[in-house]
Amino acid sequence: MSIRDKRLFLEDLTVSFDGFKALNNLTLYVEPGELLCVIGPNGAGKTTMMDVITGKTRPNAGKAWFGNEANLLQLTEAEIVAAGIARKFQKPTVFEQLTVEENLELALPGSKTFLAALRAVVTRSQQERIDEVLEITGLTEQRRLDARILAHGQKQWLEIGMLLMQNPELLLVDEPVAGMTPHEIERTAELLRSLAGEHSVVVVEHDMHFVRSIARRVVVLHEGQVIAEGDMDKVQKDPRVIEVYLGV
Amino acid sequence: MTRLTRVRGQLIWLLLALGAAGFATAQTPADTGFLATLGELREAAYADKAAIAERLTQSGHPAVRAALTALLEDRMYYRNTDQKIFLVKNGDADPLVLIDPLTQKEAGSAPADTLTKISTNNSLRHTLRTTVAHFSLSSPDRGVRIDAVRDVMRSLDEATVVLLRERLRQESDPGVKEEIETCLALASLEGSDAALKLDALRKLSKSVNKDVRNGIAKLVEKQADGSVLEQDAKVRQAAVSALDAIDGKRSFYAGIETLFFGLSMGSVLVLIAIGLAVTFGVMGVINMAHGELMMLGAYTTYVIQSAMPGHIGLSLFIAIPAAFLVSGLTGVLMERTIIRFLYGRPLETLLATFGVSLVLQQTVRSVFSALNRSVITPEWMSGSMRINDALTITYNRLSIIIFTLLVFGVIMAILKRTRLGLDIRAVSQNRSMAKAMGIRTEWVDAMTFGLGSGIAGVAGVALSQLTNVGPNLGQAYIIDSFMVVVFGGVGNLWGSLIAGVSMGVFNQLLEPFAGAVLAKIVVLVCLILFIQIRPKGLFPQAGRAAEDK
Amino acid sequence: MANGSTPLGISKFVAGESKAARLFFVALLLLAAAVPVLNLVVPESSPVHLSAFGITLIGKYLCYAMLALAVDLIWGYCGILSLGHAAFFSLGGYAMGMYLMRQIGPRGVYGDPILPDFMVFLNWKSLPWFWYGFNHFLFAFAMMALVPGALATVFGWFAFRSRVTGVYLSIITQALTYALMLAFFRNDMGFGGNNGFTDFKDILGFDLHADSTRVVLFVVTALSLAGSYIVCRIIVESRAGRVLRAIRDAESRTRFIGYPVESFKLWVFGFSAVIAGIAGALYVPQTGIINPGEFAPINSIEAVIWVAVGGRGTLLGPILGAVVVNYAKTWLTGAFPEIWLYALGALFILVTLFLPNGILGLLRSKGKPKA
Repeated sequence: MSIRDKRLFLEDLTVSFDGFKALNNLTLYVEPGELLCVIGPNGAGKTTMMDVITGKTRPNAGKAWFGNEANLLQLTEAEIVAAGIARKFQKPTVFEQLTVEENLELALPGSKTFLAALRAVVTRSQQERIDEVLEITGLTEQRRLDARILAHGQKQWLEIGMLLMQNPELLLVDEPVAGMTPHEIERTAELLRSLAGEHSVVVVEHDMHFVRSIARRVVVLHEGQVIAEGDMDKVQKDPRVIEVYLGV
Repeated sequence: MTRLTRVRGQLIWLLLALGAAGFATAQTPADTGFLATLGELREAAYADKAAIAERLTQSGHPAVRAALTALLEDRMYYRNTDQKIFLVKNGDADPLVLIDPLTQKEAGSAPADTLTKISTNNSLRHTLRTTVAHFSLSSPDRGVRIDAVRDVMRSLDEATVVLLRERLRQESDPGVKEEIETCLALASLEGSDAALKLDALRKLSKSVNKDVRNGIAKLVEKQADGSVLEQDAKVRQAAVSALDAIDGKRSFYAGIETLFFGLSMGSVLVLIAIGLAVTFGVMGVINMAHGELMMLGAYTTYVIQSAMPGHIGLSLFIAIPAAFLVSGLTGVLMERTIIRFLYGRPLETLLATFGVSLVLQQTVRSVFSALNRSVITPEWMSGSMRINDALTITYNRLSIIIFTLLVFGVIMAILKRTRLGLDIRAVSQNRSMAKAMGIRTEWVDAMTFGLGSGIAGVAGVALSQLTNVGPNLGQAYIIDSFMVVVFGGVGNLWGSLIAGVSMGVFNQLLEPFAGAVLAKIVVLVCLILFIQIRPKGLFPQAGRAAEDK
Repeated sequence: MANGSTPLGISKFVAGESKAARLFFVALLLLAAAVPVLNLVVPESSPVHLSAFGITLIGKYLCYAMLALAVDLIWGYCGILSLGHAAFFSLGGYAMGMYLMRQIGPRGVYGDPILPDFMVFLNWKSLPWFWYGFNHFLFAFAMMALVPGALATVFGWFAFRSRVTGVYLSIITQALTYALMLAFFRNDMGFGGNNGFTDFKDILGFDLHADSTRVVLFVVTALSLAGSYIVCRIIVESRAGRVLRAIRDAESRTRFIGYPVESFKLWVFGFSAVIAGIAGALYVPQTGIINPGEFAPINSIEAVIWVAVGGRGTLLGPILGAVVVNYAKTWLTGAFPEIWLYALGALFILVTLFLPNGILGLLRSKGKPKA
């Protein structure tokens, strides 16, 4: 099988900050439609990996391709989004001063230049899509509220909703359940499971229980490298994983 | 000793005793005679003045040298009201500072138009120069002798050459000897002996003196008719290579001088920025009143100096801690009443502190008036140190460099070696962790801001020596200080040091081509462009913490 | 909100302003209509007669209001605090000044038909190249907008591209206006050095000292302010406006949903500079002078405080703030000149501490209970 069949492939990525290697020859592939969980202790390089994929941080060495066509290392953040990668941040960041609906409106796909935005109106089909995402994320009732009023979990969903609006091929989700109630976690797990298949989803998470509930494949990072991968049971038995992460 | 002089000596003693009995301020007949002869200068023709000078010299009175030097330098005046002769301290000043010609003590001052200058002409000055040189060459002070030789170098003639030869025989100091030999070598260039000239050129090529250079250049310069003064081709060649050697050394020293000027200018920049580097760099607070805190420091210097007029130098040393306290307390007050409510909102802090700067400006305007105040520079800072003929280092520039290094060292020591410094660094790196470990973060904030503000006050003391102290002093420097901190990389004191110094040197390098104002503009524009290329300055804080901002 | 046509609607943030906006337009139109009447029709003896001085004063306020609008567009809506907008204002003013200088023609003190007096004084023999064309009003008019716009675009392109944000941007914009001030103080720049331009005679053939000309200039200023307001409103109510606010509140989030943040900033920064430039251009014929002092950093910062006082992130706030603060300045500097800087300083401190949303924010929070 050629690696070109993968949705995302990262090869030999190295990122160093002042001699500290946040990523150290990291190699990782993501299959089309797969739901992949990335775990690892603090400082393992999870967020840095997301930063490289989305163009926020440029690696010192290595390759990062999205499918066959997009060399991520040569694209700007906006171009990476246009290529079909969407990212949810660790800390929920929604536009607090805009309403829930406006938040989703801004995430609509299409031309995003200044002049286009100046003339943009919401078409009927776009409105339907907004309604649909409001439904999925359970925010229909809050649609006209300013986002800053939302509860923490609702903000997380709104952010996932914004990713969905873009209809991306690859979703990067950083710690989606941090600070959520068990009920909210349950719903989030459901949401993410339903997204896989149609989209590739990469979830970075600390919550082991949550990871077990959604993941088919788990990758463990440590000191910027992959030290184990496979299903949750296999990973949990790996002695190195136990040593650096689970054993603690 | 002749009989006559012995009699004269006895007479003097007698008169002296009489004088001491009769007058509170004793004036010997010799003094009286000296003053009378001096008085003749008022109306004498130029030719007669030379004769009078000769008579003064013959008299051997101890005040002759000072008087003739003053006459030579256009510093001899007589008072219009009583025709009394005075020397003055500086001929260009108004009012003139008067000096008693007998005692060389200051005798008050007077407006320039109440005195008349005793003028000289070229030939008189020439005679005087030789006479004064004669005096100076036999001075017991080595420095005076060297200066005298250098003076003579500018007006070499047969008489002075004879004088120098004579002196060379008696001279024991190697430095003075060296100077005299250079002088004599230069004189021999005007002779006709080619071998002697070649010898002289070999010696002179080691010099960096401007007069030596010009003397050699005369040999090979094209005259108006196209000819060259020196006939001998070998000598011409030697002269050209000697010139090259001298010019090379002179431009080397000129480079060092530019570097030195740049360093001192850079030191000023570092000094004005370093307090900001603490408040902005460590705390992330944009203090637009930083310039006004410096202004407060400068005014503190002014007040303390006015309070103790007799002790200019001492007042400066007292002003340093005083300015630190005044500005530091103002800073703590600002932090407690305004800034602490605005942490995490840098743009708002910027506006509020700008408001403080306006209030402080108006306060000093109300208290001290809008006029500039001048702070006197102590004597020891106004001199200069002569390294060689091409390089002189002025003490005020040198002291600002040393002062900056001291201040910088003290700040570094406070930050790295004291408990407060440790707390400051802890709070700046991780506030909540520091708090959890029992550090009183609020107190640390106030102290950090006070420290930064206090340093601004200390910088103000230095600025009071360089510029006029006025309500606008702060505004003139605030942009520079921000540029230094941003250029160096926020949160990095070493960065500020290197940034300030390199900005100063760059500015000095540009000045000869561009002029002062344009050089400043060019530096600003370069900085603006630089920040575009490296938004986080020369030495950015790297790593995850910095990335997340 | 019952507007079915735009189901997403405008955020209530802006919508709350629409009633006030209508009021503002009525007031501005009334002012534009009343001023000529009060000056030209009402006899001088009447107590309600408006002197030419009064017109100029109000005209000046309206120019400042335009400048404040420009500052607010990028600060209030996009979060970029520019401390260099006085530079754009002054450049617009200088472009107008150059036109007015050329209009003087041979009526200058030295009577040179082409060279302005200061050039004759400096012994210049010919007009510098960058003065060509400024005898044509249309060319000069284009420059009033283009020069500030181009400077902002070039400056912004560098700054935004390399992600200079927050206080860093504020500081380098301040350095920009400071550098320009130093440059314009130089005689050999060809802009009259220290003295700048003054002693203007006429504009488009009309005598600048005539009351009728002043009235017309005033009306043009009022209309320009109204026009700028409308364009700003169109921008902030469009999706582009929502993107700007998104950038202000969460810049990298905006980038990660695919908006080219730098390009948005650049457009709005450039446009804001154009408004500031036109404001400066209108200011100069009314005050009759432009000199390098206009570039002084404090002028830019004062404009920021007008916005803060009125209420940033609203379009009426800066206009209100500019007029209120400048009226207070006129009054205080006349009545208690000592007090003015204290008052201005206190205003900076108090507004940032206690009135973060300005006068309009205060009115709005009184109007409805806090959420």
